[in-house]
Amino acid sequence: MEKTMTRQEALDLYFMDARSKLIDLAAFLDRVDRAEGEADFRLKAFRLALRELERKEPQRAKQVLLTLSDPTTKPIAKATAKAASGAWPETE
Amino acid sequence: MRYIEPHGHMVSRVTDDYVDMATAGCEAVCEPAFWAGFDRSSVQGFYDYFCQLTEHEPKRAAKFGLRHFTWLCINPKESEDVKLADDVLGIIPKFLDRPTVLGIGEIGLNKNSKNEIKVLERHIDLAARHGQLILVHTPHLEDKLKGTRLIIDALKSDKRIQPQRVIIDHVEEHTVKLVLDAGFWAGMTLYPESKCTSARAIDIVEVYGSERIWMNSACDWGVSVPLAVPKTALEMRKRGHSADAIDKLIYRNPLQFMSQCPKFKLSAD
Ligand SMILES: [Zn+2]
Repeated sequence: MEKTMTRQEALDLYFMDARSKLIDLAAFLDRVDRAEGEADFRLKAFRLALRELERKEPQRAKQVLLTLSDPTTKPIAKATAKAASGAWPETE
Repeated sequence: MRYIEPHGHMVSRVTDDYVDMATAGCEAVCEPAFWAGFDRSSVQGFYDYFCQLTEHEPKRAAKFGLRHFTWLCINPKESEDVKLADDVLGIIPKFLDRPTVLGIGEIGLNKNSKNEIKVLERHIDLAARHGQLILVHTPHLEDKLKGTRLIIDALKSDKRIQPQRVIIDHVEEHTVKLVLDAGFWAGMTLYPESKCTSARAIDIVEVYGSERIWMNSACDWGVSVPLAVPKTALEMRKRGHSADAIDKLIYRNPLQFMSQCPKFKLSAD
């Protein structure tokens, strides 16, 4: 598919939105820091996924999703009513 | 603008949504069978649901000038109960000849369990025996990657299944290539909070191309936007995509896939 936007146009269209989401992310991490009690695996996975933003090639969205994914391939014994949490508990 | 909504759970929506969709240029909506938000207690609940999907809902859509088509199955969330699933699989053939049934869907996986896979395989077998198209749901969030891999394995291991007759839905950046490389169609679901945003869906098309791919709103009883497809088309226009490129993605592609079922006709004749 042909390229449709210049880098400048992409910034014009999406910078303010991304800026707002970036500040939301920072505020979220501040909020979690200020709160008391133990964090769970989700925070660790989140911080690992954040590192993917520093990548040099345009694969960041994919890498963030992979960091938050169950990488195993064996079916589980039985489905439970527990909802998906958005991160994989054993992410290292 | 003209478009097809290839995945909308209209039984959960109000008539205003039909009006808005028709006003935005929607010509047809396709409704896969799915989870009601609660588990049904018996096969009779599914029988009634299939009647609603094949008798009542097409009439309701027609009042607003929209064609309505459907897909039938027991969804993966209720597939842990294999006995119930077998009972439901037993009644589906009675509905397959109805004039608006396009195929088997949305089947797939939810938690990637052994029973879910068993029921998925039985649906694939049913589709193969009856020459039906297949629409597949992939799991949410952290379970999507694994589920997509398991689903592709299950489909590939049934040699009767032609990949171009299968759409694997709810792809994201980490699963779209797996699906397209295996020869299947890929669906992108435009949700405000999970799955794809409009911007990301357009990114995916720009990176992976617009062959064998479509966008849908998957609007249902949860947080979802019935006009997500035309809204994404407007965003494509803002990015400089041509009217022809937009028409291909939101109209000609779903038309091409769905037309593999001879019952899919956009005019009433
Ligand atoms: Zn759905």
